[in-house]
Amino acid sequence: MKKFTNTGNKDTRSGFGAGMTQLGKTNPNVVALCADLTGSLKMDEFQANHPERFFQIGIAEANMMGIAAGLTIGGKIPFTGTFANFSTGRVYDQIRQSIAYSGKNVKICASHAGVTLGEDGATHQILEDIGLMKMLPGMTVINTCDYNQTKAATLAIAEHKGPVYLRFGRPSVANFTPEDQTFDIGKAVHLIEGTDVTIVATGHLVWEAILAAETLDKQGISAEVINIHTIKPLDNEAILNSVKKPAALLLLKNTTI
Amino acid sequence: MTDINQLENLVTQVRRDILRQVHKVNSGHPGGSLGCAEFFVALYNVLMEHDTNFNMDGKNEDLFFLSNGHISPVFYSVLARSGYFPVEELNTFRLLNSRLQGHPTTHEGLPGIRVASGSLGQGISVAIGAALAKKLNNDNKIVYTLCGDGELQEGQNWEAIMYAAGNKVDNLIVTIDYNGQQIDGATDTVLPLGNLTAKFESFGWEVLTIKEGNNLEAIIKYNERSQIKNRKRKTHLCVTPHCDGQWR
Ligand SMILES: Cc1ncc(C[n+]2csc(CCOP(=O)(O)OP(=O)(O)O)c2C)c(N)n1
Repeated sequence: MKKFTNTGNKDTRSGFGAGMTQLGKTNPNVVALCADLTGSLKMDEFQANHPERFFQIGIAEANMMGIAAGLTIGGKIPFTGTFANFSTGRVYDQIRQSIAYSGKNVKICASHAGVTLGEDGATHQILEDIGLMKMLPGMTVINTCDYNQTKAATLAIAEHKGPVYLRFGRPSVANFTPEDQTFDIGKAVHLIEGTDVTIVATGHLVWEAILAAETLDKQGISAEVINIHTIKPLDNEAILNSVKKPAALLLLKNTTI
Repeated sequence: MTDINQLENLVTQVRRDILRQVHKVNSGHPGGSLGCAEFFVALYNVLMEHDTNFNMDGKNEDLFFLSNGHISPVFYSVLARSGYFPVEELNTFRLLNSRLQGHPTTHEGLPGIRVASGSLGQGISVAIGAALAKKLNNDNKIVYTLCGDGELQEGQNWEAIMYAAGNKVDNLIVTIDYNGQQIDGATDTVLPLGNLTAKFESFGWEVLTIKEGNNLEAIIKYNERSQIKNRKRKTHLCVTPHCDGQWR
């Protein structure tokens, strides 16, 4: 069975922050907006390096989504940052009309999603965000598993034309994917080949799936692990090919879909 | 086109277009549309420097955003009569597969529309974003937007109004269609707006009240570029009579 090494726990939001720092240097059209959570979203380095391209919106997320939509008119690539519940449910109608139906090139970047958020409790542990976002026309939905992948995804979505929801989080989790990976939107990553059961995992639970596969292996059960980092468009082929084998299917997710 | 008689004739034509569009499908919002005919004619024929050869990014041209998307009949008429798309297309207003949906959308590719609107309260935010992009692009053209007065009951407007003042977004002119009416009746009975001038001023905006919102010359005078010389955030309370016949 293929082995994976945790190079040290890191928070996925810092992967986003590192991606933003890099984009600040490489892509002059990238602009960032934040609703009073710059430190939590790890956007402070971008803000310090490019104050003219950083917009502090205040605690006014609806306005942030509208301003982001407007910034695309004139060729900017806005990245909005706030917690996942304020990035989605709080502003669903604004995203639906001004961003999704209007086909605007806005990157909605959300931290503190799902139960893995922990301490902030149920009001903040949004599980509905991925389901909400994937119903919107033209919206790409990405949920990355570790620091390295989140950084790679942040760089990749700047090159993708169209609205994107990128979801990551606060806790430190295993960092095990390659440092210099290319991120293919919509292409699942086959982490482990197996024959008895397929575990399709997304986000912070991908590492848990790897640990589960190791445990199962010791018990003589061969588990396949797929990292489904893109929820929309979904890589149906990867999942269907995997379950063609005499396999049970297990979904590991930190969200209701 | 600056000859005032020609413009008056165009206003009459636009009013005909509004009635024909709404009457044909027995739906739509004629009230706010009819009241804003002069505003739109002045905007698209005198005030704005714009290119009818539509380009979404609109660099180096003035931009307009319709926040109160329900008054699409007047917007469509003036866009068509300005040359953005064929006038005959007005016959397809609100029909299935038409580019002229009940409320403006972009995915049908109708030239002149830069953002979907209809769910009220979002236009000022979008206009601010476009105004910020202009600043980043060193583009000194202006962004205009129109809102309903009832629409100001939506909280997002006030987030946007606060933001624009706090961040010196001074290449933006917001006009309020101050007709005192909304769907369920007079704005004063549904939810009074209070002293709008004082509200905007306390948010750091300069307010110009155009008492004759159906007087072309007054609209033009108050919106002339010289008015924008002191580069302050401006709002115009454009007092227009609301013609009855709301879509309910
Ligand atoms: C968010 C939202 N709520 C409700 C409506 C339904 N609606 C359409 S027009 C309108 C009244 C708007 O009043 P006002 O802004 O004064 O415009 P006017 O009637 O004068 O054209 C309402 C409530 C809507 N389009 N969007």
